[in-house]
Amino acid sequence: MVDMAVRPEKFQSKRAGTAREKVFELNGIDVFYSGVAAVKGISMEIHRNEVTALIGPSGCGKSTLLRCLNRMNDLIPAAEVQGELLYHGEDLYGPTVDPVQVRKLIGMVFQKPNPFPKSIYDNVAFGPRILGEKDDLDAKVEKALRGAALWEEVKDRLQDNAFGLSGGQQQRLCIARCIAVSPDVILMDEPCSALDPISTGKIEDLMVELKDEFSIVIVTHNMQQAARVSDRTAFLMVELDATEQNRWGRLVEYDETEKIFTNPADKRTEDYVSGKVG
Amino acid sequence: MPGADASVPRNRLAVAGARATTLAMLRDQPRGDVIRNTVFAGLLLLAVLIALAGLLALLIQAFAKGSSALSLDLITNPPSTAFPEKAGYRPAIIGSLQLIAGVILFVVPVGIGAALYLEEYADKSRWWNTLIEVNIQNLAAVPSIIYGILGLAFIVRGPLDLGFILAAGSLTLALLVLPMVIIAAREAIRAVPDSIRQGSLALGATKWQTIRTQVLPASIPGIATGVILAVSRALGETAPLLLVGATVFVTFDPTPFSPDGYSAMPVQIFNYALRPQEEFQALAAAGIIVMLVVLLAMNSFAIWLRNRYEQRW
Repeated sequence: MVDMAVRPEKFQSKRAGTAREKVFELNGIDVFYSGVAAVKGISMEIHRNEVTALIGPSGCGKSTLLRCLNRMNDLIPAAEVQGELLYHGEDLYGPTVDPVQVRKLIGMVFQKPNPFPKSIYDNVAFGPRILGEKDDLDAKVEKALRGAALWEEVKDRLQDNAFGLSGGQQQRLCIARCIAVSPDVILMDEPCSALDPISTGKIEDLMVELKDEFSIVIVTHNMQQAARVSDRTAFLMVELDATEQNRWGRLVEYDETEKIFTNPADKRTEDYVSGKVG
Repeated sequence: MPGADASVPRNRLAVAGARATTLAMLRDQPRGDVIRNTVFAGLLLLAVLIALAGLLALLIQAFAKGSSALSLDLITNPPSTAFPEKAGYRPAIIGSLQLIAGVILFVVPVGIGAALYLEEYADKSRWWNTLIEVNIQNLAAVPSIIYGILGLAFIVRGPLDLGFILAAGSLTLALLVLPMVIIAAREAIRAVPDSIRQGSLALGATKWQTIRTQVLPASIPGIATGVILAVSRALGETAPLLLVGATVFVTFDPTPFSPDGYSAMPVQIFNYALRPQEEFQALAAAGIIVMLVVLLAMNSFAIWLRNRYEQRW
């Protein structure tokens, strides 16, 4: 067992790996809220430098699953994760793992843009500042904003309040804020659901660019989006017990996106991606 | 759909009929409803007027009686029983300023700390946290004289045994307004949306970093507003001070820890008002004007602060 709290660089050094390297390995993950299952028996592998999409109808546990990956579920006192979740081969829920350290390596972009009520500059500089990386802050902010394709639009008004940006710009600012701390993985929870089509297009382009440097896991309601940006797609579905009282999410199929959308192995996947159910 | 063609006479007739019926129904609002609405609105207006009339009567009365005594001497001179024309509020004003300074020093860290605990750390499903919450709400409604007795028993005498000093009065007033500050600070902290906390935590910030760099800065305007309102309440309190040693007649400038006694604005006003002579009555009225001006200024500042810096999410 390696102590992640004291040696986070161990994981960063793995960046130079091959494209097929596994970032996450999930073996039989169950998540419970107050003892009620939200997802059951999820087993899958997430690869480095790929965009992995989680799709499925509402309430199938996509976001719940995503929030396991950077231990955001820890913030809900009643949430409980069972099963094995390996991050670069290390148990993410091991007793010596500090969730704060995990979140430094595995960033997150939320459904609704949530810029801080501060200047654009301070939003991006927030991460490096709390991590104590205060030298060369200007360069870091510029790099992150360029990385999020926002630099040209905001370079002359870095000190303006971030709330003055449009929704799409705010979301790219949140992505910039996330990549400013050089994470290993970026999790995106329906990042475009509150945005117009043009802003959505920009963020989708960005995801494809960012995967050269990061591994991305995205939850989306939008099947076309999954088809456009992702390399692999996982389809989750709601499952009911015999009494139809309890419902939870189950992984139906996980494969290359091409295959999920053109030649799915499971009939339910086919029905969903072809729009017969949803 | 040919049937809906307005050029067909039968359709025109039907439309005209429907319109006439509708207009007739709209025009014919029941008389009783109109009267009831007017009467009710009138009663509500009366309620507002009664509240305003109280304040207005107080202001008129104070200005009519006190304007003759309004001068700089009022602020700079100590009280005197022999020469009412020279008497002023100097020790009382200095005493009040020191009292509220002490209140702020105590109430800001403790109030914010308690509010942060209750909002950010307390597990609401635990019964003792609910109990604390309910009790803080109750404490805000406890009569101030009870705090005076508490201050006398625990601060002036008893465990703290500070004696009848200004700092003891300050501490008593601080306890009195602490629940108000906690409630206001909690409101302000609760108004910071969870998405901000999650955004910060998702960047690898610790809980304390998130509170210090995101939650607190965003809630400071609301907290400051609550503190100002609490302080203006403390400034006007008389009853508890009488129990913890605010002597009604002090002719020297008080200091926080001196055992020689201290006074405060409302206490001094009370003292002047008790005296039968016309001059002292005028002095009391002038003191009321000074206090009203200070209190209105503080409350206006609180409202301005809230409107100016309140974060809209």
